[in-house]
Amino acid sequence: MISKEEVEHIAKLARLELTEKEVEKMQKDLSAILDYFNLLKNVPAIKMEKPASGKAVPWREDESKPKDAGLAEKLIAAAPDKKDDYIKVKAIL
Amino acid sequence: MNLTELTITQAHNGLKNKEFSSVDLTKAYLEKIKKSDKELNAFLSVTEELALSQAESADKKINSGNFGELTGIPCAIKDAILVEGQKCTAASKILENYVAPYDATVIQKLKKEGTVILGKTNTDEFTMGSSTENSAFGVTKNPYDKTRVAGGSSGGSAAAVAANEACYALGSDTGGSIRQPASLCGVIGLCPTYGSVSRYGLIAHASSLDQIGPLTKNVEDAKIVFEAISGKDKMDATSTDYKFEEAKVELKGLKIGVPKEYFAKGIDKEVEKIIKNSIKKAQDQGAKIKEISLPSSEYALACYYIIGPAEISANLARFDGIKYGLSVDGKDLLDVYLKSKGHGFGAEVKRRIMIGTYVLSSGYYDAYYKKAQEVRQFIRQDFAKAFEKVDLIFCPVSPFPAFKIGEKADDPISMYLADIYTIPMKLAGLPGISLPVGKIGELPVGLQIIGNHFQENKILAIAETIEKL
Repeated sequence: MISKEEVEHIAKLARLELTEKEVEKMQKDLSAILDYFNLLKNVPAIKMEKPASGKAVPWREDESKPKDAGLAEKLIAAAPDKKDDYIKVKAIL
Repeated sequence: MNLTELTITQAHNGLKNKEFSSVDLTKAYLEKIKKSDKELNAFLSVTEELALSQAESADKKINSGNFGELTGIPCAIKDAILVEGQKCTAASKILENYVAPYDATVIQKLKKEGTVILGKTNTDEFTMGSSTENSAFGVTKNPYDKTRVAGGSSGGSAAAVAANEACYALGSDTGGSIRQPASLCGVIGLCPTYGSVSRYGLIAHASSLDQIGPLTKNVEDAKIVFEAISGKDKMDATSTDYKFEEAKVELKGLKIGVPKEYFAKGIDKEVEKIIKNSIKKAQDQGAKIKEISLPSSEYALACYYIIGPAEISANLARFDGIKYGLSVDGKDLLDVYLKSKGHGFGAEVKRRIMIGTYVLSSGYYDAYYKKAQEVRQFIRQDFAKAFEKVDLIFCPVSPFPAFKIGEKADDPISMYLADIYTIPMKLAGLPGISLPVGKIGELPVGLQIIGNHFQENKILAIAETIEKL
């Protein structure tokens, strides 16, 4: 079974806060799912080809497209914390 | 005449012949939703004001004489697809109050056609699940038996069409999320080829798999909606220059492949009987049935639950409590991230983020993610080989009919097995349809028809033939 510490480590990498109870349930569920993945050990050796489409997706040209000014307002309005036209974030340093 | 029982074509003819207006039609649906959806819970929000204003515009268009098949036709949209100015929750607490700032490309296209949007339908949270039990806003019940699930994740869309709460609906399919609920609710569900419909404005689950498609009352309607929403879009680099064209194919002489692995174990005996019976009917009409083998099938589910969650863990990183959605205050920035995600996401979404983070983490990448990419190629090759020998593949959609609410809710793997027949072709990017072909008691059973890339036309033509048998 996957350890409590391992679950907590992965949760921190995923920026996910889990309760004690959730950690316990996650130990059980992740272990069962990872055990199921062991099936893949039986897969015959496969030589990888190029990606399915066979062609690389070309970079598109940069272009500046005018957008309705209202869109910027809507996007800012969606932010949970803001001041004037700025989105507020907690100090990083 | 009961207006809510009409197909798109029937409603279109009624509008054309002035038997009723789009406002009449829209009001009939809104009334029906009010009456039956309290119990069913197919809709997360009803956009009554938008619907009535669209219906009025549609009536003007109809009176002008210049209108199409979808003009004035009321539909339901899965709540993972953005409709400007309306709430879009993805059935998650983290987006409970999120208002879409723009239209998804498919919505722009439908609006141009003059369709009427009745509301947003229930789904598993972020479309992750097979029963809508993972919705933060309650399960959708199956219209045929309200103690059972409608399937998922597009369970709300499937139930809405089955219960005549919408003339048609849009859903999205990542591992079976259109076809499986369509099968469980007895409607048509088309999952198009990866790239044939733009994903712009669909809330991302796993971007290499997500695809939008129609749920309808009959095959002809699926064709109409698919034709309207498909095609290249500048806003989705994976969309393809594709134009739907009718195919002239018939059952006589058609080579149908039946994968033996899909009937090996775990399938409900009654489902097997119904599917085999419809294969027999196709044979009676002159189709050539060939048993085929897809040896990669047994690895598909494991492959999907590595690739899907890996993409989920990257895609859902954006829900950080800063730009939009739920934000929970904390002592520093990291604490805001941890708490916002911890409070905002439900159990299944957390589980998949954890699996994804695990399989991508240092030391495990080769054993899981890299291996899964190899298996995905194995699956593609299997299907490519099969389509050298056959025109279409016939198989079940789901190993069992609609199951009881709560029956699989606590056991993730038994829930994942619900998609065992819809996942493999998805990993190969192929199109497939669920076509209702029988019932076990009251519970519908769907036949899955899979075609080669961009052969939706063949699938639809043959599905329409079988529908009429």
